[in-house]
Amino acid sequence: MSQHEVSVTINGDKQTRTVEARTLLVHFIRENLGLTGTHIGCDTTSCGACTVSIDGEAVKSCTVFAVQADGATIETVEGLAAGGVLHPLQEGFWEKHGLQCGFCTPGMLISARALLARNPHPTESEIRHGISGNLCRCTGYNKIVEAIQYAAEKLGAAGKGA
Amino acid sequence: MIPAPFDYHAPQTLDEAIALLGRLGDTAKILAGGQSLIPAMRFRLALPDTLVDIGRIRDLAYVEERGDHLAIGAMTREHALEAAPVVAASYPLLLDTAKVIADPLVRNKATVGGNLAHADPANDHPATMLAYGAQIIARGAKGTRTIAIDDLFVGLFETSLAPGEILTEIRIPKPGKGSGGAYLKIERKVGDYAVAAVAVQLELAGGAIKHIRIGLTNVSSVPMRAKNAEAALTGKKPTDDVLDAAGKAGAAECDPSADLRGQVDYKRDMVRVLIKRAVRHAVHRAQGGKP
Repeated sequence: MSQHEVSVTINGDKQTRTVEARTLLVHFIRENLGLTGTHIGCDTTSCGACTVSIDGEAVKSCTVFAVQADGATIETVEGLAAGGVLHPLQEGFWEKHGLQCGFCTPGMLISARALLARNPHPTESEIRHGISGNLCRCTGYNKIVEAIQYAAEKLGAAGKGA
Repeated sequence: MIPAPFDYHAPQTLDEAIALLGRLGDTAKILAGGQSLIPAMRFRLALPDTLVDIGRIRDLAYVEERGDHLAIGAMTREHALEAAPVVAASYPLLLDTAKVIADPLVRNKATVGGNLAHADPANDHPATMLAYGAQIIARGAKGTRTIAIDDLFVGLFETSLAPGEILTEIRIPKPGKGSGGAYLKIERKVGDYAVAAVAVQLELAGGAIKHIRIGLTNVSSVPMRAKNAEAALTGKKPTDDVLDAAGKAGAAECDPSADLRGQVDYKRDMVRVLIKRAVRHAVHRAQGGKP
């Protein structure tokens, strides 16, 4: 029943807490660090609502123990809008109606950002493949794909990656 | 759902991990990518007293050709296989497989070694490595040994790895001239386990199939080869009649269970169809066809 000190850099802030080994990263983020933008959906490693970026890779934070992330750099949806200005992906979801209920959106945004970081000009099929670990029960995905295309164009025009 | 409490160790070296496993005995489980183990722990299907996390051991993640084989470090993430030029260039069966394991988020964490050591017949790498005739490198307190993939899977979720041994590397023989492979999977949706899947690796000579190995996914309690289907193809030209006979042999020798993914007869029939399609695709690739 070991307790462990876990230090992470999350959205640029260094945070340290002592938690049980069994604490899942998603609970660590929501309950220990108070960042509730990351959602818990299925609890079965299926839906992707809990997606966060760990050292640049999008992963399901319900399927990682907080202790495994000790020393890692984590980014959540709260880190996307720099200085209160929406990230182009957030803007795309706004402009293209990429959400209805919004429950999947934080995970979608993080997955989409990881996708654009790897592949700044994805085809529609590459976008659909890239977000295939994130389930949306409202939009039918078309609007989400358009939102990501919007962001890819905007980021491309600005000459910077995601 | 929160797993039951456990103790956690994160050794920095293989020697340290092996010593820990020796001391803790079979109450400890090895944590690699965690994409099967953590869900099992959340459902309390797995209740280990201790986890030994091998994720902090350096130098266990690599994909590169060495001598006569492709060496894959046990902690290599599935995504790394998808991204590796050497895999794309020479190992189409492996690339096919990596692309359809779970979903992209899971593939960022899930490991090749874990996929094999978990010995879940629903996992995809067992069939693929059976088709390749891979070798498994395991290290334990008594040293390092090589296990032929045909000898790795001994039961449902059970391998021939000894207690305290760690699977450290997978070796795939370099495909010879005229070789081709393919992995075809039927899944209800992205991220689900296969209804059925077939891995084929073959070598052609003079238009006939000189060697062939076929692995099956999720149609038996232990990952299996379709040896009767292999026998129906070996030494023959891949004509429609030969493929039909091989598909029927594979359908007869697999042993699926009925579940939400389908009834027994349906799964057998999908094995029949997939064997034919996968062999055709592998032949196409062996003849230089893309993709």
